[in-house]
Amino acid sequence: MTEQAALTGTAAPGAPRRAHSPAVSAARARRWGAFYYAEQVLRVMKGYGWTIVMYGVGQPVAYLFAMGVGLATLVDTRGAAGFGGVSYLAFIAPALLISAAVMAAANEFTFPVMDGFKWRRVYYGPHASPLTPEQIAAGQIIAVTVRFLLQSAIYFAVVALFGASPSGWGWLSVPVATLAGLSFGLPLMAYAASIKNDKGQFAMVMRFIVMPLFLFSGTFFPLETLPLGVRWVGWISPIWHGTELGRMATYGYQEPPAVTAVHLLFLVALAVAGWILTKRQFAKRMGS
Amino acid sequence: MSGVSNDDSHDHSQRYVISATNLTKKYGDFTAVDDISFHVPAGESFGLLGPNGAGKSTTMRMIGGVSQRTSGSLSIMGLDPEQHGPEVRAHLGVVPQQDNLDEELKVRDNLLVYGRYFGLPMSYLKPRADELLEFAQLTDKAKAKVDALSGGMKRRLTIARSLINEPSILLLDEPTTGLDPQARHILWDRLFRLKEAGTTLILTTHYMDEAEQLCDRLIVVDKGRIMAEGSPASLIREYSTREVLELRFGSERNATVGAELEGIGERLETLPDRVLVYAHDGEAALEQVHARGLHPLTSLVRRSSLEDVFLRLTGRSLVD
Ligand SMILES: Nc1ncnc2c1ncn2[C@@H]1O[C@H](COP(=O)(O)OP(=O)(O)OP(=O)(O)O)[C@@H](O)[C@H]1O
Ligand SMILES: [Mg+2]
Repeated sequence: MTEQAALTGTAAPGAPRRAHSPAVSAARARRWGAFYYAEQVLRVMKGYGWTIVMYGVGQPVAYLFAMGVGLATLVDTRGAAGFGGVSYLAFIAPALLISAAVMAAANEFTFPVMDGFKWRRVYYGPHASPLTPEQIAAGQIIAVTVRFLLQSAIYFAVVALFGASPSGWGWLSVPVATLAGLSFGLPLMAYAASIKNDKGQFAMVMRFIVMPLFLFSGTFFPLETLPLGVRWVGWISPIWHGTELGRMATYGYQEPPAVTAVHLLFLVALAVAGWILTKRQFAKRMGS
Repeated sequence: MSGVSNDDSHDHSQRYVISATNLTKKYGDFTAVDDISFHVPAGESFGLLGPNGAGKSTTMRMIGGVSQRTSGSLSIMGLDPEQHGPEVRAHLGVVPQQDNLDEELKVRDNLLVYGRYFGLPMSYLKPRADELLEFAQLTDKAKAKVDALSGGMKRRLTIARSLINEPSILLLDEPTTGLDPQARHILWDRLFRLKEAGTTLILTTHYMDEAEQLCDRLIVVDKGRIMAEGSPASLIREYSTREVLELRFGSERNATVGAELEGIGERLETLPDRVLVYAHDGEAALEQVHARGLHPLTSLVRRSSLEDVFLRLTGRSLVD
C-alpha cells in the first residue's frame, strides 16, 4: 500500500504532486543551498560532537594547567614586565585559544575535502541535486565556522574560569579565533581541493607549517624576543595576527590602531583569497 | 542521428524532455562521447547500451548537468544544464553508477538530508522518507548507519534517495548492478510503475534482459558513438535472425570448426567458448550440422536477444 503511494505520488497523471515544483526547488536551492549543505555537514559533525567538545575543553585545561600554572610559576618570578605586565597565564591564554582554532582548521579543511572528492566522494551526492559546487564548498565552510565558534566559546569559558581574561572584552577573542581559523583554513582548503592523491601532504602541512607557526607566532613569548631572521614567520602567521588581536581583547594589550587594522586586514585578506581559490577549484574539479 | 539539424533544435526542446544534438565530450585528446544525438519524449523509457568505456556514464553525467560538454547542444526540459544547472537538476532523480551515500549518517537521515537540498520541508520529507524506505525494503534498517548496509541495500537506498523529490526524469546508471535477482525483479516492477505514472526513465545497463524489459527504445553505443537505435524488438529484427543455435565443441575445437559449418544459417559467430549459428529456424540448422557429421558436445536453440545485436554491432559480447 505504502509502496504504491510512494510511486503514484510521483508525477502520476492527474495525481497531485506533494513535493513543491522543481522551479521552487531550484529557486530555494539558489538562495539557501549553502545552508542546506551546511546543515548536512553539521549533522555529520554531531556524530563526533564529543570529540569537538573534548577538544574544546580538554586541550585548554591541559595547556593552561601545564603552561599557565606550572611553567608560569617559574616565568612569573622573573617578572611579568616581559609579558605586557600581565601574568604568564593571561599572556598565553589568547594565543592558545587562537592556535586551537588554527589547528582545528588544519583538520577540518584537509581530510574532509579529500573525503568529498575522492575517498567516499561525499560531494558527488549533493552535486547531482540543485546545489552548485560553490555552494557545497560554502556550506562546508559555514559548518566549520560554527564549529570554530563553538569550540572557541568553550575554550574561552575555560580561560575565563582560570581567571586568565581580566578584560570585559575578552569574549571578542572568540570571533577573532574563528577568523584566524578561516584565514589559515581557506587557502588550505583550496590546496586540499587541488590534490588528486594523498601522499602524506596533509601530515607535512601539520609538521612543517602548522607546528612552526604555532611555536614562532609569539605564542609562548613576545615575537620581539625572536631574532629578526625568524620574526617573519610571525608576520605571515595567522596565529600571530590573531593572537595580537586576542591579547587586546582579553587583557587590553596596547598597540597603535594602524597595526590593529593590519592584523585584521591580513586575516580577512587571506580568508577571502582562500575562498576565491576554493570556489574556483571546486567548480573546476566538479564540472569536468 | 539521422537528419537532425541544429536549427530545429528549438522545436525539439518543445516536444522532447531531453534533446542532445552532436553531443561531444573530450578528456584531453581522448574523445569519450563522439558526436551523438538523441531525443527523448516525455514518459519514454530510453536505454543506453554499450560495453565498458563506451561513454554511457559520461553521457548521463552531461544530462545530469554535472559534467560540461566539449561541444554540441543539450536541452533538458527546454533548458541547457550548463546555464541552468539548479533548475535542470531540480527535475531529476539521479542514480549514479557508484553509490555516494553519506556513510556516516543513518539510513533515513540520508533521505531527509538529500531532500533538504531541494528545499523541501520536513513536513513533506518525513512521510516521504518512510514511504521510500518501504519501497526500498529498508524500513527495518531506518536507524542503521549506511556503513552497516550490504552492497545491494546501499544500491536500493541510492535508488530511494533519487525519488525523494518526485522527479519527472529519472537517470539510472546501471541501477541493478549488485542486486540479487529478487531485488532486481522488484526494482523492475517499481520502475515500470513509475513509467506508468509518467516518469521519463533514462537507463544504462549491461543486462540484456533488463534493457528488453524496461526500454521502449535504446541506443547501442560503442567508443562514444551510436551504432544503432530502435526498440529492442526492431533492433533484434534488424540486426539478428529469429533464432540462434549455440554449439559447444570444446575450447580446442570451437575455433577451427567454423570452416566446417560454413553455409549453415545466415551468419556464424565464433566465440572462445561456443559457436553461434544465426538462422531463421534453429532446429533445422542443427539437423544440417548433424548431417555434416559434426557432433557438438552441447547444443541449444534459443530466440535472438539484444546480446546478439550487441555482438553483431560491436564484435564483443556484453559481459560485465
Ligand atoms: N574524468 C575522466 N577523465 C579522463 N577520462 C575519463 C574520465 N571519465 C571517463 N573517462 C573515459 O571516458 C571513457 C568513457 O567512460 P564512461 O565512464 O562514460 O564509460 P561507460 O560506458 O559508463 O563504461 P562502464 O560500462 O564501464 O561504466 C572511458 O574510456 C574512460 O576511461
Ligand atoms: Mg558507466
